Amino acid sequence: MAKELLKGNIAMAEAAIRAGLEGYFGYPITPQTELLEWMAERMPALGRAFLQAESEVAAINMLYGAACTGARVMTSSSSPGISLMMEGISYIAGTEVPVVIIDVVRGGPGLGNIAPSQGDYDQIVHGGGHGDYHPIVLAPASVQEAIDLVVLAFDLAEKYRTIVFVMADGNIGQMMEPAELPPMRPIKSEYPDWAVRGAMGRERRILSSIYIDPKDEEVTNYRLMQVWNQIQANEVRYREYFLDDAEYVVIGFGTAGRIALSAARMARAEGIKVGLLRPITLSPFPAPQIESLVSRVKGILVVEMNAGQMLNDVQKVVKGRVPVEFYGRMGGMVPFPDEILAEMRRMSQEVIPLDGDPRQRWMKRFAPVIHWNN
Amino acid sequence: MQTEILIAGFGGQGVLFAGQILAYAAMDAGREVTWIPSYGPEMRGGTANCTVIISDEEIGSPLVLNPTAVIALNLPSLEKYEPMVKVGGVLIVNASLVNRPPQRADIESVFIPLNEIAERLGNRRLLNMVAVGALLAKLPVLSLDQIKQALEEHLPERHKKFMEANLLALQEGADFALKEGKIKVQ
Repeated sequence: MAKELLKGNIAMAEAAIRAGLEGYFGYPITPQTELLEWMAERMPALGRAFLQAESEVAAINMLYGAACTGARVMTSSSSPGISLMMEGISYIAGTEVPVVIIDVVRGGPGLGNIAPSQGDYDQIVHGGGHGDYHPIVLAPASVQEAIDLVVLAFDLAEKYRTIVFVMADGNIGQMMEPAELPPMRPIKSEYPDWAVRGAMGRERRILSSIYIDPKDEEVTNYRLMQVWNQIQANEVRYREYFLDDAEYVVIGFGTAGRIALSAARMARAEGIKVGLLRPITLSPFPAPQIESLVSRVKGILVVEMNAGQMLNDVQKVVKGRVPVEFYGRMGGMVPFPDEILAEMRRMSQEVIPLDGDPRQRWMKRFAPVIHWNN
Repeated sequence: MQTEILIAGFGGQGVLFAGQILAYAAMDAGREVTWIPSYGPEMRGGTANCTVIISDEEIGSPLVLNPTAVIALNLPSLEKYEPMVKVGGVLIVNASLVNRPPQRADIESVFIPLNEIAERLGNRRLLNMVAVGALLAKLPVLSLDQIKQALEEHLPERHKKFMEANLLALQEGADFALKEGKIKVQ
């Protein structure tokens, strides 16, 4: 198929439809509303279910029920809407039914604003809902990658009976890029042996997240962890740029990752040997890849559009063996490549301590920017 | 090689479509391209801008601090973005809505009365295509023929009747920029 110029939100919606989406449940919120609008137009025309719920709480519970039938289903929202869904997300995790959830992250906390952000990292990657569970989290950095990851999300969700988030941001949702959509897959005709679709002529099945006896819940939790181990072993995805001879490495995901790519090229042009590691799966986290960099590089710079959430996961791998610095923009602000370049120049010139807190050092450096804003 | 074009003006001046037609033409030419709007709560009558990046390799940041070229369709856009144009870059200014001379000598500025030219062509809404024509005359990242093909391919069906007028607008813009584009900086 030929490339089309596609807006991220619409590309993600159409990718889901072509991956065999049978039901979409959602509630409008900027900056992902075009996704829901596309679903509203396309899904009924294809004879599939589109439902605009009365709230995000309703949407996630509709999704839960529909997922129990074994159908390919999804919802999408943006940060405050995802917060509202958290109870249902935990129930879905506890019931072990596959769903895909797209979060087009915006500035927060609270109502915040509609600008691009990565402030939901901790909430999505490290839980948000109650209890022990680990969703798979995919972070696209381009419209094409958003398409590919939405399709992958459905396959992974069904393979592991798990929740898969596609965590984008306002930039990915609103940007247009040439991209190729996959061919239309047929709606599946066979459903898994756990699905509840009517029990005529066979023993009934029950799907639930209730395990009244803690012994049973413990068994369930153990099973969830076994699946999570498999996911960690098999599903880490990332992209590397210029790492072969890199003396410094930037780690950034999604929009921050592609901005860091521009900065790394600028640094290379100045003779600073910078490489980039862009995690595509935030969960499972590419810890083995970061581990392999620790012995090879002089320093690591983590760049995020938040106050250093993935930074914690990087530090957990690095364990103070190589200097780590952090640069972030918050609240819907997006860094220019020049800002990241300045950090790379500084790292290549100064001695960065192995101990101390990179976040505290960044806050100190960043204070003048905040004063200048005001 | 990467070219960044920022187009800014009021909502309703065709800012976003001007960027999109550049993006379509770049895509059809097999180039890498990104189009990103400033999106916010403001819509009608407010400010609008978009950035188009055309490149031969994977594009990193979809936004840049110092674009290769800026099209400023009104005075607030000129004030905001004239200082940002990359040294040696191009600035296209809608002289119909701007009452001051250019301030930078290290870029090439074209002050062009877009509203008057568009009105003379019979439709004020053609001003964005006049601007694109002027830009490409000074920054040949795409040819007018490539824009023409992109319009034929991607102009919505209901707007196809404006095809001829759009082509005329592109040509008028290019001609103006080539003949009268040099303006002395004061």
